[in-house]
This record gives sequence, C-alpha cells and structure tokens, in this order.
Amino acid sequence: MSNEYAKPLPKITKLTKPFWDHAKAGRVAVQLCRDCGDVRFPPSPVCPRCLSDNQGWRVTQGRGTLESWVEFHRAYWNGFADDLPYRVCLVRLYEGPVFVSNLVGPSDHSKLGAPVRAVFEAVTDEITLPKFELTGE
Amino acid sequence: MHDLASFKDQIAVIGVGNTRYGNFPDADEYGLAAQAFRNAIDDCGINKNNIDGLLVCRIPYYARMGEVLGIDPRWTLTLPPHGRMSGMGIIEAAQALATGQAKYVALMYANIGRSRRVNYGGDENPSTWDPWGFTSPGAAHAMMFRRHMELYGTTTRQLAEVSVAVRYHATLNPDAVMRNPITIEDHESARFITAPLRLLDYCLINDGAVCIILTTKDRAQDAAKRPVMISGFGCRDSFTQSAISNFDMDFWYPAIQQAGVEARAMAGVGHDDIDALMCYDNFSPTVLFSLEGLGFCEKGESGNYVEGGTLQLGGKLPVNTDGGHLSNSYMQGWALNVEAVRQLRGECGARQVKDCEVVQYVQSTPCTRSIIYTRG
Ligand SMILES: [Zn+2]
Repeated sequence: MSNEYAKPLPKITKLTKPFWDHAKAGRVAVQLCRDCGDVRFPPSPVCPRCLSDNQGWRVTQGRGTLESWVEFHRAYWNGFADDLPYRVCLVRLYEGPVFVSNLVGPSDHSKLGAPVRAVFEAVTDEITLPKFELTGE
Repeated sequence: MHDLASFKDQIAVIGVGNTRYGNFPDADEYGLAAQAFRNAIDDCGINKNNIDGLLVCRIPYYARMGEVLGIDPRWTLTLPPHGRMSGMGIIEAAQALATGQAKYVALMYANIGRSRRVNYGGDENPSTWDPWGFTSPGAAHAMMFRRHMELYGTTTRQLAEVSVAVRYHATLNPDAVMRNPITIEDHESARFITAPLRLLDYCLINDGAVCIILTTKDRAQDAAKRPVMISGFGCRDSFTQSAISNFDMDFWYPAIQQAGVEARAMAGVGHDDIDALMCYDNFSPTVLFSLEGLGFCEKGESGNYVEGGTLQLGGKLPVNTDGGHLSNSYMQGWALNVEAVRQLRGECGARQVKDCEVVQYVQSTPCTRSIIYTRG
C-alpha cells in the first residue's frame, strides 16, 4: 500500500510522533502545556505562552466548526492530479486550535461556522490522515 | 535615542532603476541587479563609488553582488527571498542612514522565478499541511477570501474590480508585462487555480530586478532629480499564528491598522491627503484587506468600496498605477515603491496621477509595513 501512495507524507519527528500515533488510533490530539494548559497544533518545542518544556498531548473530541474552505484546481504534486478538484477546509476544533484538512463527503451545505467532525483515512500502513465532514446539524 | 517622529522627511529616495520584465533564461540575479543598479545610478547622477550601504534581497550572495558592482560598503544587509521584504528593507536602510552608518544605500532586488519555473507551492515550500494537499500562498489567500465572502457577503465580481483596475493601469504602462485590457466578465470566466480565486486573481511570475538608492535629506540636494521623501512608516508583524503560511484569520486587520496609524501620524497626513496607494497585490484579495486595515473603508466594506472603478486612475483612490504584481511585474513590492517615487516626480506619462503629492505603500503580510512618501 505504501509503495503506491503518491501524495506527500508527513515527516515524523520526535515532536510530531504523538499526533500521528493518536491519528492511527482514530483520535485528533493537540499539544498541551502541562504547566499552563495552553493547547496548540502544530506542536512547539516550548510553550509559546509560558515557555515551559513540560509538554504533553490532549485528545480532542475531533469536532469543531468550519472556518473556511477552498477547492484546488491545480495539482502541485502529481499525486493529487486525479483528485482535482479537491477540497481543503479550515476547522477550528472545539478545544481551540485551528487545523487544515480535507473536507470529505457532501459539501453543499458548507457555510461559515458549520459543525464538522473528524473521519480517519489510513493512507499507508503507518499514516492515518484525519479529515473532516459536515455533521449536517 | 530617536523618537520615531523625528524620522519624518529625513531620508530621501534619489535614484530608482529597473530592468525590463519578462523571461530571461540567460541572465542571473547579479546581471539583472547590475542593470537595475546602473539605471538607478544614472537616475540620481551620483558616482557609484559613493555607495557605502548595500542591501540585497532574493540575490544569493551579498559579497558577489558587491564584487559585481565594484563596491566595498560599510553597511551590508541580506534579506530572505520572501515577498514582504521591500518595506522592511527600505525602513532598515533609512535607519542606517539616519544613524550615520552609511551615506548612500543601494537596495537591490532580483527575481529569476519565471525562467527557472518557480511554482510557489508543492515541494518548494514544505509545510505541515502538505499531506492534505494544502500548499501555495495563493491557496492561503483563497482561504481568507472565502472567509471574507462568508463574513461580509463580498462577491467575486467585487474582487474583480481590483484585477480590472490594476490591469487598466498596466495598459497605460509601456513596460508592463500584461497590457491587454480585461473586464469583470473576463475575470469571472477565467479558470480557477484555487477556488474561489481564479487566474486573474494571481500575480505574475516574471524575471527582473529593481534598485532603489536612498540618502539623507541634505545629501539628496545634490542628486540629479528632485528627491522624494520618506515621510512616515509603520510596522507590525503577525507571527503568533504562523502555522498556516501567508494566512491570517482576521486578514491582518489589527497589524495593518497599526502600521497605517503609525505611518500617517509620522507623516502628518490623513486619508484624504493620500493621492495614490501602492498596495502589495500578490493576490487580489490582499488589496481588499489592505483598504480595510488602512481605514479607507470600514471593516468588511471593501467589496462595496471598490465597486465602480474606485481604484482606477481618476477614481477616488488610484491603486498600483504601474499595473502592480497582477499585471506589471512581480517584483515583490520593490517596483511598487519605485512607482511611488515616479508618481511623485511626475514621470508617469499616461498613467500619471494629477497633482500627486502623497503616495502610500502598504504590504499586508505576516510582516506588515506601510511607508508614506511625499514630494521633497
Ligand atoms: Zn505553558
């Protein structure tokens, strides 16, 4: 499976590995400062609010609101050529951080503030991408 | 220590120069920049050996640049090849001059992205969001414009007014790359790149170079042409939400507002004094965000404001009279500062703004800068 996957894959680092481990298990996690409670994504080597090294992860509900969306009509990687046009969304998780992802499923009712939930797509043996769909609520 | 207000009218632009704009596979950055430098030296009439400050942007190696120009400066600065460095560079150079670190600074910019087929996306600019296919500054601006549409009801026909006005100006500029006029319908039927943005919302990618020569007010009196003064500037960066490059959830509104307030206060001018706006137009929505942030209209009202030719020569606020990045040349703000100077000198021929006395430059980006120029 991973031999055929032609889209860019994330570079897993010590900092980002917990996110991808959670994603593989069907969870969206954000980095959490154990000292001041600040949450964020992508992760940071120190807390931008209090500069602490003491960082962990918080599993989110995987739900949030649609803050914007676009539709790509140009493929900047060959691996996306067959998907054109494909949709990218901007989601604000209920826990606070904003997250860029793909909007999958019916999108006729896309509007600012529409509720969305994460769905998970295993694209290789190692990598699962959280994507989002409108809940229709 | 300097009070910022004391910078008003202390530093002057005395020379500007540029190459032709286009596709020059046989040239490199040094060759193009040297042409622009020679034109700027001719423009101000000083001996090139008086240049003792060198700022280079999107030019690989400052020392090679100095070697090519035959100068050993006492002040040198390199800025990264990002499209937001012109305002920063001009302000830095002004401060170097004001504090006596240099007497004449040459600011050099070159871009060979067209002939080298730069894409401004994909593996050229790796980001956190590549696995989801989200890449390129244009997509970030599309994301902002969709948000603006949803929040304020702004339409793509209103957005088209930006591209149409700027293209009209390019038709009056013999040096512009794109000179065929376009209509709102042309904009609306252009192909999507990243919807809601279409081809005509995107800047050009072309080769070329620009040089700007600055000096102090007193030395400027010896230059060949009447100097143009740096009367005010304002600055604010937006770094705390940088995970999505070239994107801001609030369209950089607070940063643009602050830069505009500072620049106008230093220059002692109000909105009605500003005869033309040179507005960083990497993508057409940036112009709308800039108009709101600077306070030419209320927040969310830029769509209505630009309707009916507001931004065209003869309209309420002529914007990018050279054709901007959308239609003249993608010189990442540098050529817009040159156009500000040429307008204030009255050198712009068919595209000249009548009685032009005050011109504002603004770059609404993660490094927002605004500069107000006046006639010396
Ligand atoms: Zn903290």
